[in-house]
Amino acid sequence: MPDFFVTMGVGLCILMFLTLVRAFRGPTAIDRIIGVNVIGTKTTVLLVIIGIVYGRVDMFVDISLAYALLNFIATLAAARYFQHHKELRETGFFLRKRDRR
Amino acid sequence: MRYVFTFILMYGFWVLLSGKFDTFHLALGFLSSLLVSFISSDLLFADTRVGGRMRELIRFIAFIPWILKEIFLAATHVALIALEPNMATLEPRLVRFRTRLKREISKVVFANAITLTPGTITIRISGDEFIVHALTRKTAGSLPGEMEERIGRIFGEF
Amino acid sequence: MNALAGTFVVLGFLFFIGTTLGLLRFPDFYSRMHASGKGDTIGAIFMLLGLALHNLSPFSWSGVFVSLKIVLILIFLFLANPTATHAIIDAGYETGVKPWTREDTP
Repeated sequence: MPDFFVTMGVGLCILMFLTLVRAFRGPTAIDRIIGVNVIGTKTTVLLVIIGIVYGRVDMFVDISLAYALLNFIATLAAARYFQHHKELRETGFFLRKRDRR
Repeated sequence: MRYVFTFILMYGFWVLLSGKFDTFHLALGFLSSLLVSFISSDLLFADTRVGGRMRELIRFIAFIPWILKEIFLAATHVALIALEPNMATLEPRLVRFRTRLKREISKVVFANAITLTPGTITIRISGDEFIVHALTRKTAGSLPGEMEERIGRIFGEF
Repeated sequence: MNALAGTFVVLGFLFFIGTTLGLLRFPDFYSRMHASGKGDTIGAIFMLLGLALHNLSPFSWSGVFVSLKIVLILIFLFLANPTATHAIIDAGYETGVKPWTREDTP
């Protein structure tokens, strides 16, 4: 049933675009990191779906595994980087405006 | 002992990821897992005591279905709050409480379990004080709850 | 088998929709972490489980291997996602983001 998986893949892409709105709007750098992390998790699943659609799951599953590892490391690195960035914290870069919906 | 465990784990990973069963690939995997387990076995199993480990592992595996059910409920809970028109039940707050758990591993498992159960997320552990962010008033009242008991029993503390 | 796999995939997709809605609508960064930490983990677990089941249906040994790899990704995500969530929320707490409470709005 490839049509079903194509539908799911397109749906995941739409959700990723919606998540990209959050990553774009912020308002703080940490919100952007969350958005990127969620997009990365969806990409991991999307790669396996693409593999099923093209009939090459054995190849795409390795790419997906590598992507999951990379996404985890990137998120940890970004979080640690902003945690120890004392200058940004003291000048209140993160607190410039509150998001009140 | 931990060399053997690391070696078995690494070789299992190798076979799973390569998926080839000819002599060349198996021998290559044997050599590289031997090297890795010789260099860095103390990274994976920092504690050399093996005796009580197996029992803890078995009890921990028995704990997994319960935690999966909790995650399912948690995700449903978050999704339902997100679908409410003006999110009236959303009353986020910070909760601080002290835990009775002493060992590091049980604190870590407890923190991860809090993160994965409905409406609560662990922000920080300092000493034996937990700082937890709760999504609604009801979930804030449910801490620490029965989960501390369960995890304490798994790692043999109570 | 195929119907079961399809059900799992659709269920995971519904959780992803919930995650995205929560991420867009929640008022502050801590509440958004709730959506991302839980909904994303369970959505990915369900979808990958469904895909692994679908992959088994014309049975072959290489298919079993690929399914095992998908399950490996699943286990990795199950361990890594709460850790990443904790790292992000700890960084946010450290930088001093104030949690939003009900009293802030008039």
